[in-house]
Amino acid sequence: MESLEEIKTRVEAAVPGADISIIPNPGPANQPSLLIDNEHAPHVARFLRDDPALRLDHCSNVTGVDWLDRTVTKKVKVKKLVEGEEKEVEETHEEFFPGYLESVYHLYSMALKQGPVIIRMRTADRGEGARLPSLTPVYRSADFQEREIFDLYGIRFDGHPDLRRILMWDEFEDYPMRKDYREPDDYEYEPTPHDDVLEKAKQHYSTRPQLDGAEELTAQE
Amino acid sequence: MNMSSRAERSVVEGPRDGTSPVIPRDPSTALGMTTRLDGELLEVSMGPQHPSTHGVFRMNVALDGETVVKLKPVFGYLHRNHEKIGENTSYLGSMPYTDRLDYFCSLTNNWAYALSVEKLAGIEVPERAEYLRIILAELTRLQNHASLLGFLLSDMGAWGTPLMYAFREREKILDLFESLAGSRMMCDYMRFGGCRVDAGPDWIGRAKKVLDAFPRFLDEFEKLLVSNEIVIARTQHIGKLTADLAISAGITGPMLRASGVNYDLRKVDGYGFYPRFKFRVPLGDHGDTYDRLMMRVLEMRESIEILKQAFEQIPAGPVMNPKVKLRSFRPPVGEAYGRIEGPKGELGFYLISDGSSNPYRYRVRPPSFINLTILEDLCLGHTVADVMVILGSVDIVMGEVDR
Repeated sequence: MESLEEIKTRVEAAVPGADISIIPNPGPANQPSLLIDNEHAPHVARFLRDDPALRLDHCSNVTGVDWLDRTVTKKVKVKKLVEGEEKEVEETHEEFFPGYLESVYHLYSMALKQGPVIIRMRTADRGEGARLPSLTPVYRSADFQEREIFDLYGIRFDGHPDLRRILMWDEFEDYPMRKDYREPDDYEYEPTPHDDVLEKAKQHYSTRPQLDGAEELTAQE
Repeated sequence: MNMSSRAERSVVEGPRDGTSPVIPRDPSTALGMTTRLDGELLEVSMGPQHPSTHGVFRMNVALDGETVVKLKPVFGYLHRNHEKIGENTSYLGSMPYTDRLDYFCSLTNNWAYALSVEKLAGIEVPERAEYLRIILAELTRLQNHASLLGFLLSDMGAWGTPLMYAFREREKILDLFESLAGSRMMCDYMRFGGCRVDAGPDWIGRAKKVLDAFPRFLDEFEKLLVSNEIVIARTQHIGKLTADLAISAGITGPMLRASGVNYDLRKVDGYGFYPRFKFRVPLGDHGDTYDRLMMRVLEMRESIEILKQAFEQIPAGPVMNPKVKLRSFRPPVGEAYGRIEGPKGELGFYLISDGSSNPYRYRVRPPSFINLTILEDLCLGHTVADVMVILGSVDIVMGEVDR
């Protein structure tokens, strides 16, 4: 099969305006992936599926990944004037990377027996902007798996024919696979579809201490 | 559970006061509604407590008389967020938990997970361990397919007897697992870089004996199946799956090959030592329930061939790569997707490592979950009784579907 660079150039020629970059994979598995911009993703997927040299007709695995906000502190040596003298001073720089959610698709070809080509899409942020275009119109096998990502990660897939929760119940409020998900303190109050339990759960959620506050509470005790 | 608040409650739209809804029947869509005089569709919630649903699986079915016009699978009753637990456990700690995914085939689950971690960390496996893995995976395939056929016949109304025939053979294989791994179903046998314990010459001898007796059972069982008038009437031309739809919907395993698509990961990926073995990949012509059923019989015959070759070729030697430190196992930063041909289809594990002792992301690609995507397409236009047979031929285990 062609290398990922060749695929990238061909996709960029076939889908004008598509912004594609290669995400390296440093591990021994050597499975780098293509990061595709959200707007052109369905076109790119359709191209990958129909191109006679690739024929990636089997969308094997669809999954979500949660990447939290992170700050990287770096120590940099800077030359500075200290009391009229030039000295080398160590300074700490903090770099902030905003978090995002990601969906990963592993594509194989059943016709040509080749693969995988891994494509990913990233959401703008982890809140309101957690939206991605659905690839279910291109690959039917993404149907349940995108529903599962919606259920467990809270990514909304635009264009999905039937986007509902699939493993958790419909009334469930949080997204359990997110890295900052916090289990309810008491499973008795976990919301089930019964009205009185839902009412109880509402009270429970409103008094639920946040992640940082909880540590303070125990410290005070 | 209060059904009225669930979204899939509204499977059937239309007035329920007895007046006839004025909806033109459109044969191109499944929900063209009804031409019945009273204008009512019957909505049935099949499962989750139903003997034929193979566990806690529910289908919301809209029926026009006996005919299915809409079907929505509902699951999650056995959901325990396996993937989250995997992220909070060390790499080794997840190994026994993979047994609980598809509890019929714990050894192939072990292998898929071990294979993915080996890809992630670049670990080599000794030759004897690879042979043992192939032997155990094929034994697992034999017992899974045998019991599937038993269950399927049970669903068709042949209560008990065929299932007990199949379970009699499965029992012998489970005894082998027990003497090797210490457990009949939750084997927890494979490790990154090999297998946990070696099989003695005594075990290989006993496995050969079990294998020698298996074709006799298979011949007998096939005779019961192939020419049985009821089986033919209930399965031929029922639940047809076209090759195009199967490929698009990501169907894998015997179900895909019953539709005539030649895609077996043992041949395509050639993982383990499968390229060293001579075996054929059986394919179906029609993609109906009968083909899916016979596919299992034919695959069992090929598995027997593989096992015969493996027993002849298996070399002596260590079964564990001594370089792997299982307890303080920290793979390098990166990600890997590994997959094997499980008895139910393509079983894959996707792992992201951030260099720590727990995986950052641990994902299971469950074949029976994805094979259920097209359940509605298969069942439309058939009767309720056929739904059970079609579901049986998909071969699901809820431990894997719900995770």
